[in-house]
Amino acid sequence: MNIQLRGIHKHFGKVHANNDIHLKFEEGQIVGILGENGAGKSTLMKILSGFQSASSGDILVDGNLITYRGPLDMIAHGVGMLQQDPLDVGAFTVLENFMYGANYQTVLNRRQALQDLHNYTARFGFDLDPLRSISSLSIAQRQQLEIVRLLALGVKTLILDEPTTGISGEQKAILFNTLKYLANEEGMIVLFVSHKLEDVVELCHRVAVLREGRVIGERAMPVTTHELVQMMFGDVLKPQTRAQLDLTKSPSVITMTDVTLTDKRLEMPNINLALRAGEVIGFAGLDGSGQSLVLRGLVGLERIQDGHVHVNGRDLTNNPYKAHLQAGVTFCAAGRVEEGLVAGLSLTEHFALFAMSDPFIDWSSAQTQMNHKIEHYKIRGKSHDLIEALSGGNQQRVLMALLPQQPIALVLENPTRGLDVDSARWIWQQLLTRRDTGAGIVFSSPDLDELVAYSDRIIVFYAGKMVEVPNVRQTNVEELGRMIGGQFESYEVA
Amino acid sequence: MRTRLGLIQLVAVIASVILSLSISALLLVSIGRNPLEVAQVIWDGSFSDLNRLAGVFNFWIPFTLASLGLVVTFRAGLWNIGVEGQMMFGAIFASGVALFVNAPSIVTIPLAIISAMVGGLLWAVVVGLLKTRLGVHEIFGGVALNALANVFTNFLVSNLWSPAGGNALDTGPFPPHALLPEFSPTFTTNITLIILVLLSFIVLTVALWGSRWGLELKATGKNARSALLLGVPTERISLSAFAICGILAGIGGAYRVLFTFDTLRPLVSGGIGFLAILVVLLVNHQVILVPLITFIFAAVMFGSTRLKIRMQLDSSLAEVLQGLLVLLVMLSSGLRKRIESMRQAG
Repeated sequence: MNIQLRGIHKHFGKVHANNDIHLKFEEGQIVGILGENGAGKSTLMKILSGFQSASSGDILVDGNLITYRGPLDMIAHGVGMLQQDPLDVGAFTVLENFMYGANYQTVLNRRQALQDLHNYTARFGFDLDPLRSISSLSIAQRQQLEIVRLLALGVKTLILDEPTTGISGEQKAILFNTLKYLANEEGMIVLFVSHKLEDVVELCHRVAVLREGRVIGERAMPVTTHELVQMMFGDVLKPQTRAQLDLTKSPSVITMTDVTLTDKRLEMPNINLALRAGEVIGFAGLDGSGQSLVLRGLVGLERIQDGHVHVNGRDLTNNPYKAHLQAGVTFCAAGRVEEGLVAGLSLTEHFALFAMSDPFIDWSSAQTQMNHKIEHYKIRGKSHDLIEALSGGNQQRVLMALLPQQPIALVLENPTRGLDVDSARWIWQQLLTRRDTGAGIVFSSPDLDELVAYSDRIIVFYAGKMVEVPNVRQTNVEELGRMIGGQFESYEVA
Repeated sequence: MRTRLGLIQLVAVIASVILSLSISALLLVSIGRNPLEVAQVIWDGSFSDLNRLAGVFNFWIPFTLASLGLVVTFRAGLWNIGVEGQMMFGAIFASGVALFVNAPSIVTIPLAIISAMVGGLLWAVVVGLLKTRLGVHEIFGGVALNALANVFTNFLVSNLWSPAGGNALDTGPFPPHALLPEFSPTFTTNITLIILVLLSFIVLTVALWGSRWGLELKATGKNARSALLLGVPTERISLSAFAICGILAGIGGAYRVLFTFDTLRPLVSGGIGFLAILVVLLVNHQVILVPLITFIFAAVMFGSTRLKIRMQLDSSLAEVLQGLLVLLVMLSSGLRKRIESMRQAG
């Protein structure tokens, strides 16, 4: 089969996530879909696999224009997607998951399914016990199950979204062998969404690179990593905005000592990190490489498995977030309305909640103070408006208005996510004002310009590893891009 | 904008009331009864004399206490189905004092009520801890603890607290010094408890509106994750909501045994907790409306007990009416939200 995308556009509100995408995928090819966060690669793959609809544009399979209403229709057209978090049902067994979606006539044929499952797993050397429950499997095993399930449904084009995150080297080898076999021997199309340059170099026949919703270029492999990095990240960096400060005498405001953090996918042992007063540390790396885990670990929102977190010298290891807050450390999550602001509460109520502490609330005082904030921070909204009635930029302003004036430290997940240039600049003005009064700031961002512009130090995250950029003032896109892509043999682990 | 929305809501509620009354009337007409006559019987059943009114209050007291408690948990986003069990445990603790403390009324009754508060609180906090510590959803925890409370009551009634030569249907009447007194032979209800209910109502209204705790409760209910980042100790807030609901429900349970029945018996809460859930859904978590709505419900419920004698109609007609009302009010609010979101999208 072959697949052709013609003029695909996708809008999310004001965001133009896919902008006039034209791509063609031929039988037997493994194509790497590359791009930094927010480049639009996941959106495009979701459209192709039927999880989302395009705002406009055509999909052609074998030259025929197709229509679809959901993933099932696309599977019928031969296109299946393996999500980063496999879409399996945790309480069910491997066999039951293998069977769902299959086209049985009313009655399930377990024996036939068992035979099919066995044939597939034997062919690819997968280790899948049909009677184990999903919740006891590793990510790699769940991926394997999803792959054989999609194959059994007759899929001829397999899309994989960041499949090598959270699986071992050995499991990766099995996965890659399987993918190569499927492409070379069975003529399947494999679309491999990734930011890991080594994986792309090892596996793909071709690459298509997306940036800011457009296809920046297509290349047949081999291509140098230099060229890949340049295509993914562009080549101009805005300059650093501030003079280099000597922070060596500045006291540490938050430290992590020999900390171990883990989540479903990552295991991060031996983290040592010190944020100094007046310092800005930027966390670079693709989403899910461990930045959020560390940021949340710093403020008591992730369990510290081992080691210690100190705030101004006080041991706050595994104390609740409230204790960090009282010690002067404020955290802001990336999702404003999901985590940070409460839909259904007014601006005044937010102010009273966060900035006042009396057991009884003086509502008129709260309103007056919120009105001052609204004026001072130029928030477009009224104090009695519900927070969800405000635009994203104004919601971010409310968060800024609520931040304490002289915090010890600010811990920020992607503080300018979804904001336009002016709003983003305004946010940084506010943050830098706090920095200048001695607050330490640590933030994560997918935006290299933002990282280089504001950070005194940059730490790159890659699959749970942390590596510090040796000299932020002299770094360039090439260096950062390589590190984000996992090529940092010559650098020291932070 | 806000006042217009409030107006739409009011109109929707009134329309729902009219519609549910009409449907009930149609039901009655279809079986050949005159709806107006039925309404007259219900009205007389509740308001024809002081003693009937007292009957309404006797239902209203535990009912309102449970409803007030539920407003608190619902505000925190918690479906405290366990309120029935919390009433039963209040009743059990009060019964223990009534049966075994031999002291003047002035000591026994306050002690019984305080014990009931403790009993309700304990049973509610178990649900709360299951939820916050072990991740057991409060609906499942509540259902399980309701069943346990029921089994435990049966065990007490038929074994441990069964009177010698008793019938094993109840504990036998409590001694007079442990019973809540009637106001007068013509107005057979307990004024102190009515005042206590009104006081709880006022305190709760003020606390929910003006206290930091009330605001934290609301934030936790709307979005616990965000609330946590805004410095709300969400776990403690959830537990406090369960505790307060348990205390109020416990007093309600005490009233059932120390006044309504004079004994501990199975199913002592009589489904009041579940009816209270309907009330809270109906008032949309607004505490200010609770005593009024519970009074109307109590009047209809109590008045309909006469339908059987007067018109050979089953008193469950009242429940049909209330069920319809709640269903339609919720339907109208669902419809309203849909229209609003469609308007925003379009």
